[in-house]
Amino acid sequence: MSEAFQIAILAVDSAVRLSVPLLFACLAGLYSERAGVVDIGLEGKMLIGAFAAGAAASVVPNPWLGLLAAVLASVLFALVHGFASISQRGNQIVSGVAINVLASGLTAVLGNAWFNQGGRTPQLPGAARFNEITLPFAEQARAVPFIGAFYSEVVSGHSVLVYVAIGLVPLTWLVLYRTSWGLRLRAVGENPAAVDTAGLSVAKLRYSAVIMAGILCGFGGAYLAIAQSAGFVTDMTAGKGFIALAALIFAKWRPMPALGACFLFGLLDAVALRIQGVSIPGIGQVPVQAIQALPYLLTVVLLAGFIGKATPPKAVGIPYLKDRS
Amino acid sequence: MNANAVPVWLSAGVVPLVNVAVAFLAAGLVVALIGESPLEALGIMLRGALGSQYGLGYTLYYATSFIFTGLAVAVAFHAGHFNIGGEGQALMGGLGAALVALGLPFLPWPVLLPLCVLGAIGAGALWVFIPAYLQAYRGSHVVITTIMFNFLAGTLLVYLLVGPLKMTGSMAPETAKFVPAATLPLMSQMAAWAGLTITRTPVNLSFVFAMLAALSVWVLIWRTRLGYAIRTVGANPDAAVYAGISPRRITVIALLISGGLAGLMATNEILGVQGRLINEFTAGAGFVGIAVALMGRGHPFGIVLAALLFGVLYQGGAELAFDKPRITREMIIVIQGFVILFAGALEMMFADKLASLYTRIAGRAAAA
Repeated sequence: MSEAFQIAILAVDSAVRLSVPLLFACLAGLYSERAGVVDIGLEGKMLIGAFAAGAAASVVPNPWLGLLAAVLASVLFALVHGFASISQRGNQIVSGVAINVLASGLTAVLGNAWFNQGGRTPQLPGAARFNEITLPFAEQARAVPFIGAFYSEVVSGHSVLVYVAIGLVPLTWLVLYRTSWGLRLRAVGENPAAVDTAGLSVAKLRYSAVIMAGILCGFGGAYLAIAQSAGFVTDMTAGKGFIALAALIFAKWRPMPALGACFLFGLLDAVALRIQGVSIPGIGQVPVQAIQALPYLLTVVLLAGFIGKATPPKAVGIPYLKDRS
Repeated sequence: MNANAVPVWLSAGVVPLVNVAVAFLAAGLVVALIGESPLEALGIMLRGALGSQYGLGYTLYYATSFIFTGLAVAVAFHAGHFNIGGEGQALMGGLGAALVALGLPFLPWPVLLPLCVLGAIGAGALWVFIPAYLQAYRGSHVVITTIMFNFLAGTLLVYLLVGPLKMTGSMAPETAKFVPAATLPLMSQMAAWAGLTITRTPVNLSFVFAMLAALSVWVLIWRTRLGYAIRTVGANPDAAVYAGISPRRITVIALLISGGLAGLMATNEILGVQGRLINEFTAGAGFVGIAVALMGRGHPFGIVLAALLFGVLYQGGAELAFDKPRITREMIIVIQGFVILFAGALEMMFADKLASLYTRIAGRAAAA
């Protein structure tokens, strides 16, 4: 097997790992925004989820309990966002900012007070984490050139959350486009008045979407704290919620392209990690910051309408009022 | 319920105060949750921030940055836009000031210093130009693009500070020291020129700039044609068209002013205190600006008051973290989050109840 193939396999493998939190957050944003609720609080919900997962798993060494704690914490924050955006008809951007700021402050303050490790949660033993799963025949397949290596390196050897994230993509497509709840959800993001006229509750539908976003951000946070790492670290989301937001726009609010966008941004991240100080023939050294900036740059270019048009759901960000003329 | 029946003192005075009080109550609960006394913590904070010349100096120094970033958010708000990119624009303001200071060190200070300040304003405004243009002419949401531009500013600055602009021989990501002619005098130095002695703290001439900026924003928004146009576009862009105002043009202009104000934040930290460009010097001031603008309800007077309050929190919070190691500095960020939540996203939660309470009492008084 050629060396280039080996490098490519490793890059793709690490891109998969790096794109999983993006994918959870991106799908979270997709549910929320398709239902008409802007969510720039993905970052904060993931962060509080990661903290809850790390904290819970350090007390009771069980990853599933950590996941449950992450989901509960993230849903709690999602409900605050929902209450502000849906019931109080407040500014959804402001509410999202509040979620992010609160999560960043609370995780640091509570983490420090509870664990006395400068905001970290205690290092977790293997039993408290989601460990890597070796799929059947992965070891035997390693000998098979290309396909076998791809199977054993890229497909096999991830934690269960990675497979959940990827499985959620077709599931989300199915839910959104093939169930009545999905149809209503999309309708409430495009034309809430029509949904209201049909006798359905706009608020209930939007709350259900916001709770979905909370659950998925909880999964993303748990992945960061108890699958990818062995505990919570201050500010461990490090902007991933915003990259996920960029990916959501990049995917034009559709589930299948979301997978592609998240994988692309994950791949960029993987490349940025490896390229530091490496000279590429014909180009020379590429500053690592240039690659880190690419997701944001690409999103701005897309938003500018130079590579297709990203049209958000029509009613996104607008609180629904029954008596709006 | 008739909204007109509610007097201004209630909607613009009592309601914001109640919102902020609830935010502090929530923060107090967090303090209690980690097993400390909220009242004792409050006492330490107030003493630390206001109890000495030293504390007061630091309070004003922090407040200076927040006045700039708060005004930046407010001007955009008046035009109906949310400039969430104060952080990035302030970073670029620092870059602009540094490029002038490092590029033209031979100029005498009466020329160099104003040019540095203009560099900060210009670079801040430049950084919001693309998001502003895209919002006005291509319909892409300024919130999203300014978030992206925050990250772009961050990565650009890191690239420059570890690469082309890095001081030779230094390990830290920072530029060389500026010449003294490119730095703002500290308040303690200016007091010394007048023969007074005050404790040396980072508060510097840019505090005066901040006050002037607040005054200018008030004049701009409520006493000029442009300000009228900005408020009209913010209130109803469709109606603005019938008044002969171009919402697109006003959007771009208002956001440029907003970016310039955010850029001015760099005069405090870079020209006033550091005397060189360092990485991540904004330290979240752009986001504090959001809380300050919401708490001050977009009015420069309210913004100055809110910025002072946040200055107290930042300085007092530092003292608190020193006295009570269980309450780390990030407690300020928690308070900030609650302020944004209750004074921003949930601002109407108590307003309606207070208004109906008022009308009931007023109605009873009228009947009696």
